[in-house]
Amino acid sequence: MADGHAAALAEQFEDLEQQHEASSLGMWVFLATEIMFFGGLFAGYTVYRGLYLAGFDAGSHLLNVKLGAFNTAVLLCSSLTMALAVRAAMLGKRRELITFLVLTILLGLTFVGVKLAFEWHRDFEEHLVPGINFAYDGSNSRAVELFFVFYFFMTGVHALHMVIGVAILAVLTWQAFRGRFGPERYNPVEMAGLYWHFVDVIWIFLFPLLYLIGAHH
Amino acid sequence: MSTTAVEATTGVNYLNAKYGIRSWLLTTDHKRIALLYLASITFFFLIGGAGAVLIRLHLIEPQGALLEPATYNKMFSMHGIIMVFFFLIPSIPAVMGNFLVPMMVGARDLAFPRVNLLSWYIYVAGGLFTLYAILAGGVDTGWTFYTPLSTTYANGQVMAAALGIFITGFSSILTGLNFVVTIHKMRAPGLTWFRLPLFIWAMYATSIIQILGTPVVAIAIVLVGLERLLHVGVFDPALGGDPILFQHLFWFYSHPAVYIMILPSMGVVSELVTCFSRKRIFGYSFVAFSSVAIAVISFLVWGHHMFVSGQSVYAGLVFSALSFAVAIPSAIKVFNWTATLYKGSVSYQAPMLYAMGFIGLFTMGGLTGLFLASLATDIHLHDTYFVIAHFHYIMVGGALMGYLGGLHFWWPKMTGRLYPDGWARFSALVIFIGFNLTFFPQFMLGYLGMPRRYAVYPAEFQVLNVMSSAGASILGVGYLIPLVYFIWSMRYGPVAGPNPWNAKGLEWQTPSPPPTENFEELPIVEEEAYAYGVKEAHVG
Amino acid sequence: MSQHVVPKKTYLFVFAALISLTILTTSVAMIDLGPVNIVVALLIAMCKASLVALFFMHLRWSSRLMHIVAIAALFWLAILLTLTLSDYRTRQWTPAAEGWEAPSIQLNR
Repeated sequence: MADGHAAALAEQFEDLEQQHEASSLGMWVFLATEIMFFGGLFAGYTVYRGLYLAGFDAGSHLLNVKLGAFNTAVLLCSSLTMALAVRAAMLGKRRELITFLVLTILLGLTFVGVKLAFEWHRDFEEHLVPGINFAYDGSNSRAVELFFVFYFFMTGVHALHMVIGVAILAVLTWQAFRGRFGPERYNPVEMAGLYWHFVDVIWIFLFPLLYLIGAHH
Repeated sequence: MSTTAVEATTGVNYLNAKYGIRSWLLTTDHKRIALLYLASITFFFLIGGAGAVLIRLHLIEPQGALLEPATYNKMFSMHGIIMVFFFLIPSIPAVMGNFLVPMMVGARDLAFPRVNLLSWYIYVAGGLFTLYAILAGGVDTGWTFYTPLSTTYANGQVMAAALGIFITGFSSILTGLNFVVTIHKMRAPGLTWFRLPLFIWAMYATSIIQILGTPVVAIAIVLVGLERLLHVGVFDPALGGDPILFQHLFWFYSHPAVYIMILPSMGVVSELVTCFSRKRIFGYSFVAFSSVAIAVISFLVWGHHMFVSGQSVYAGLVFSALSFAVAIPSAIKVFNWTATLYKGSVSYQAPMLYAMGFIGLFTMGGLTGLFLASLATDIHLHDTYFVIAHFHYIMVGGALMGYLGGLHFWWPKMTGRLYPDGWARFSALVIFIGFNLTFFPQFMLGYLGMPRRYAVYPAEFQVLNVMSSAGASILGVGYLIPLVYFIWSMRYGPVAGPNPWNAKGLEWQTPSPPPTENFEELPIVEEEAYAYGVKEAHVG
Repeated sequence: MSQHVVPKKTYLFVFAALISLTILTTSVAMIDLGPVNIVVALLIAMCKASLVALFFMHLRWSSRLMHIVAIAALFWLAILLTLTLSDYRTRQWTPAAEGWEAPSIQLNR
């Protein structure tokens, strides 16, 4: 066995298959904890939306649906490129792997960039940031402020997860460049893929809940 | 047998395999990490215990003997925070779980050894933040951090304490994750689920709770921090928020958390009761399924902490009914342990004394829980000393006794040394007596109406309070004695063989202390768990 | 988790479906359907999430254990939402008694 392959098996495991299964189970269990983590926020959001429907609708209406939809498409693209990256790693196609990892990183950075530069920046200018400069003239201003508390916190935590994901992918890209992955060892790419797709799934729910409920006004 | 006894002292084991502080601080050996946890948990137990001492000294007099009321509030808050998050929740999983789970399933280590070490560092980091919070003035919100006190009005170190707890939560999550993957994927050949020791079932159930519950309290704490920092109104009624939402998010974790604290102890008791009555467990699958049932049902009952909070009466009814359901699997375990003892060949070494103490005291704590689960009686008992007595019977009379029993049982395996059994039995008795003297009067105080978290009380409650404080002094002595003889035994204790209790279980097939890799060759398991008194096929 | 290599075409089809569903949900949101809006939006979101989970995250080719982990997490989230909402949705069911007034109390300050 080539040295790189022998080094791929950690000593607490009996064989590569056990290691692979353990890693996958470990990542899925971790994602389960993340579901509960975001779940707490979804619970709070659901409670307050039920209590303050008009205010939450008004708040949602102040968001830019086009930007939200664009970002949704960007993230879905990045999930595609991530899945293709994992596939490339499985097949030992180094160039393809690096290409798709870099594309995923760029798409992720685009998402965060749009958020920061366009959405949040504009929200700041329009005095919609609770705790910092919130000032809203219409009715239900308390409920609108509460909406924005959840909006910023939920998208903020989501964005933080994205940034962490981008950092992980950057490390993997470097490792791929150094030839560390192949059909015998692609676990880290696969696990990073699961994490990345999960962050996408969270956004799949954030988009309608935050942007679309007030869109029809 | 004698050669292995010699090996135990002269052979290479996990303790002497490498020397130096770096080999300990950078270890990935689950056994060394277990000892790192043992040291830090003991440290926090002593701090939390000091808080308890000050509380009981203060309550000797109706107008308070020792502390300013504001300081008293900080004292019970820190006692609760330290004992819950830094002692009880990690205790058995981090010490005994870490040490034993790989050995009991026949593996060389946990699935993710480096994550295991990270867990310990995260725990220590969280602990340091909390220590800072204490030294910088403490918090007076109670360990429950209810809003709007914690978000708006409290002027202590809420942020620091909350941050400490938030950080430590990740330690709990990662430990649970590690155990679940290890138990699923790293069992030795032949070790089917229903041949596993019940301690493993208990650790598995505990891990489910850690994984699914802790993230929610993490979010709750972050929201409190956010509100405190930015003055936004998530829980502030003046700004449209609902303080009860905090309680929902907090108790969604914190009720299952109490089962994180008790399930591992129950697992230990199953091990002790079988070994020291030389009998199979009665109703293995019932006990195994009960562990999982407790873990699941525990998530359905959190509203019983909120009966008088302003929660809807109808939700309260549902929570009350479900709370009765969660008592059932616990009761099943108690019946099964008792049936195991029946016609067993019972011996009364220290671990067994702790196990028996557990069964009696946990039962009392559990039964009094039913008074609190009943919506109607809880209206009167909520926030009285009845609640305090109830949960101390479970946490101290139950969980802590299980912890001590397990520590005494596996100490020879972990250190290769025996402690003096006479002193051990004596201190078990002292603890039992001191415990009951401390906490039984508190049931009466609660029934008579003394509220909890009060720095002063009406004069007619003084006799019972003094009784309780006297008991606490006895209890404190009882805890200090093992500290002394355990440390003594590490140097001067007689060498323990691989299996001083003649117990069943894969961990007892190794030398004491075990080598770093646990097993020379991975065992193959062919017999059921607790095959006491059964003609055995030689294992692996 | 399988070593199963998924054809690129499959991924592309799933991607196309996801984009289509995004366009659908955004369009429907522009029409006022009252309370049905949120139901439709969530149903579409669940479809999209399932596509990502089953195909991109390979759940479709994974062992039963992974399925159980994913379903368990969703079930526990459902517990949190259901029981919490059971409080908020039923708080108004207990009416205040007719003609009840707080007694006037002399407080000794």
